[in-house]
Amino acid sequence: MKSSILNSLSMGSLWTLPLVSETFPTVDPRTEEVLADVAKADVEDINRAVKAARKAFDHGPWPRMTAYERSKILLKYADLLEKHNDELATLDSLDSGKLYSQSQGVEIPHFVTRLFRYYAGWADKIHGKTLPADGPHQVLTFHEPIGVVGQIIPWNFPMVMFAWKVAPALACGNTIVLKTAEQTPLSACLAAKLAVEAGLPPGVLNVVSGFGETAGAAISSHMDIDKVAFTGSTETGKLVMQAAARSNLKPVTLELGGKSPFIIMPDADIDQAVELSHFALFFNQGQCCCAGSRTFVHESIYDEYIEKAKARALKRVVGDPFKSGVEQGPQVDKAQFEKILSYIDVGRHEGANLVTGGARIGNKGYYIQPTIFSDVKDDMAISRDEIFGPVQAVTKFRTVQEAIERANNSPYGLAAGVFTKDIDTANTFSRALRVGSVWINCYDVFDAAIPFGGYKMSGQGREKGEYVLHNYTQVKAVVTPLKNPAWL
Amino acid sequence: MAPSTISDLPIGPAPVSVKYTKLFIDGQFVDAVSGRTFETLDPRNGEVISKVAEADKQDVDVAVKAARKAFDHGPWPRLSGYARGRILLKFADLLEHHFDELAALETLDNGKPLDLVKYVDLPMALRLLRSFAGFADKICGKTVKIDGPYHAYTLLEPIGVVGQIIPWNFPLIMFFLKISPALAAGNTIVLKTAEQTPLSALFCASLLKEAGLPPGVLNILSGFGPTAGAAISSHNDVDKIAFTGSTDVGKLVMEAAAKSNLKAVSLELGGKSPMIVLDDADVDVAVELAHLALFFNVGQCCVAGSRVFVQEGIYDEFLRKAADRAKRRVTGDSFQSGVDHGPVVDQQQFDRVLGYVEIGKREGARLVTGGCRIGSRGFYIEPTIFADVEDYMRIAREEIFGPVMSVLKFRTIDEVIQRANDTAYGLAAGIVTKDLNSANRLTRSLRAGTVWINCYHVFDPALPFGGYKMSGIGRENGKQVLYQYSQVKSVVTPVESPWL
Repeated sequence: MKSSILNSLSMGSLWTLPLVSETFPTVDPRTEEVLADVAKADVEDINRAVKAARKAFDHGPWPRMTAYERSKILLKYADLLEKHNDELATLDSLDSGKLYSQSQGVEIPHFVTRLFRYYAGWADKIHGKTLPADGPHQVLTFHEPIGVVGQIIPWNFPMVMFAWKVAPALACGNTIVLKTAEQTPLSACLAAKLAVEAGLPPGVLNVVSGFGETAGAAISSHMDIDKVAFTGSTETGKLVMQAAARSNLKPVTLELGGKSPFIIMPDADIDQAVELSHFALFFNQGQCCCAGSRTFVHESIYDEYIEKAKARALKRVVGDPFKSGVEQGPQVDKAQFEKILSYIDVGRHEGANLVTGGARIGNKGYYIQPTIFSDVKDDMAISRDEIFGPVQAVTKFRTVQEAIERANNSPYGLAAGVFTKDIDTANTFSRALRVGSVWINCYDVFDAAIPFGGYKMSGQGREKGEYVLHNYTQVKAVVTPLKNPAWL
Repeated sequence: MAPSTISDLPIGPAPVSVKYTKLFIDGQFVDAVSGRTFETLDPRNGEVISKVAEADKQDVDVAVKAARKAFDHGPWPRLSGYARGRILLKFADLLEHHFDELAALETLDNGKPLDLVKYVDLPMALRLLRSFAGFADKICGKTVKIDGPYHAYTLLEPIGVVGQIIPWNFPLIMFFLKISPALAAGNTIVLKTAEQTPLSALFCASLLKEAGLPPGVLNILSGFGPTAGAAISSHNDVDKIAFTGSTDVGKLVMEAAAKSNLKAVSLELGGKSPMIVLDDADVDVAVELAHLALFFNVGQCCVAGSRVFVQEGIYDEFLRKAADRAKRRVTGDSFQSGVDHGPVVDQQQFDRVLGYVEIGKREGARLVTGGCRIGSRGFYIEPTIFADVEDYMRIAREEIFGPVMSVLKFRTIDEVIQRANDTAYGLAAGIVTKDLNSANRLTRSLRAGTVWINCYHVFDPALPFGGYKMSGIGRENGKQVLYQYSQVKSVVTPVESPWL
């Protein structure tokens, strides 16, 4: 199955563009071998894609058809994605190393197909208002499509990130130029093909594979793109925003990095807390923007916690993501792999206590042992920097106030987990933590309706829910004077 | 006016058979407890189509029990909004699969032209179902800042067992208008169809199991107002009632609701909607719009533009052209393509409409065209226009609900505003003008739930619909119909918070 999918896609990313000069390889992180050579989009290709998107927006049927018609196409698209569930999941797992059980059973059905259906339902419910004015004027607002939208997505959840970006932008009537991550270009190629089959008119969704410094930069600084949405590292996010400002002041939404605290109170059920904090960090090989990467454990349960967390980490099954029973696959590529191992070294040097793990597994593939550091101090690099790997950093705290201050003492603010049974503690933390998502006694709950995004340097704007619709519409106010109004 | 010279209209046999005639309760088709049935007639020729089970108070009790069980203990309100939405979308797909058969059944029972059902009624019904299916997972409460150290939020919860009573003029549209938001919000339903048109809802019921709707969630009863309808309105275990029908019956429904358990009530009632044509209008456009506004569905619309106010400058030209246009209506077998003027729904309506024609003549209005029956079978009435109608005449004040247009002359905008609003009704209004200021002025002055400017009969699941004054209470469609089918619960906890 895997090779036939690859064969049918060998020219996959080329099909929207007639001409390509260069390709780049995408690698299987289990074996470090090349999966496929993929077309490499450069500035010229971005220009061409933007032209197609602009034509589709300014003159094509997509923004002009009724919202009902758009929603029917999006529903058809969802049905096609559902039909190709396993293929899309296979591509994501091959390309990124994520568990197949995760992509096939969770990500594609619940966060891709589901999301397209959710936004199909929003398409005909995008309302402006009529407003009471301070005088004899009729005032209306229209929430209009914004135009050509540039979207740049990362490699940690390829299809999920595709859906989070594409579904709401299309529901609002925009056209898109989307660049996938160079590490994981494959699944979006199939998704783009299915969009045409669903009846999306030509030029509405343009998908390119390529690199940030060339294709990504071209999108961020393009004079004819009306808005850019980026998910990736905080560093690159800053570049995207600068490029947007310098070019045409296009509005920017950013989903960036995090160093999210997971706070465990003494009234917590410790076994559950261990399991949940384990999941919060190690899920997806630690490659989540909202990974619970700073575990704050109350001093009264600290020693017991460390012992149990260690046992749990040792039990974690690392191996081929396509094998059943495996909990952790390889990291996505060599660069990430080396970065994580170097942070582990840094942690050792800084004086954190290596509880378990810390080394590569095997000598082929980017597999790293589930790693835990304890007695981590707030000023250590492993406590401040985003590692994006299976490295948990555990620290001790005494009071709620202290936990709040230390948790908030970060330039990031993406998410937080709070583990407690107490109503008041839960309410206090949920309001005091300066983060975009607070998970109480749970973690990584990502429903279509729940807005997601960051405070501070974790990002700007929110994705999902009704909130994302603000990102993909422009508000126009229309005012007419009223003669002899019956009422104001 | 001389009686129509049209001889008996050639009416063909019904091209569809009736398969479902029983009550639909708790996921099954069942006979009435009493075993009684009643007849439903073909308005094209007055003949009996079929006998249908007749629900009475006992059957309402059984249905409410099933709906209560499904609500209190069944899966429906406990499913995620997404899961409910998927079932409703599947239902829509199944209905679409049976499009032709369902459309034919609607024409057979109501008499409306098949062309209209295929291009207007059934597509709108599907549109309603799909739009509200997409709402099921978007019904939000809020978190609320209050004036103290409290954590406060609202939850929108399903209201419970909902009683719904629908009319006969748009059976399918009325059915989906009612059930779609109620089901999306997680309620269970006991719905009574109109005794004139029980068939299409029962056909839809036959597809519910395949769609995945759990038993007891939607119960459909055929029957009469004074028995089954009254039983629903006054049932102590029905949490809310929604009624569409005449203003007289609406009053009875509301009384019964109040006397029993104070269940919440929403009403869509009658109208005598003004269609106001200003003299800056293009007369041909105005004639066409006024024609549509009144004669659509042979005048059997709660929003029919039944008082056409024409500004004096174009009054004569308007009348002349309106009469010509009315004469061009194509009557015949509703199953024939190209027919746009079907019969009225039954003998009672037929007698009532012709009765109003006599009243109009007696009152001194000028009969410009029509006024008679067409043919000798079925309930066909000529497109009829009265001119020089005065505000005090009964044909200007009372809802006729048939193909009878009343044309009145006016001079100024101020005058027409006052006269248009001088009614107990307030459902809709139409305005034909090119002038921006006139349009804005009239729009805000007319006490009506829908104002159509240079158009008429434009409906959408996204656009709220309902009446001022005695035309009704509440709005259907739009986001806020979901509030009619939800209860709001406020939840408060004290909190220590860095901000309030």
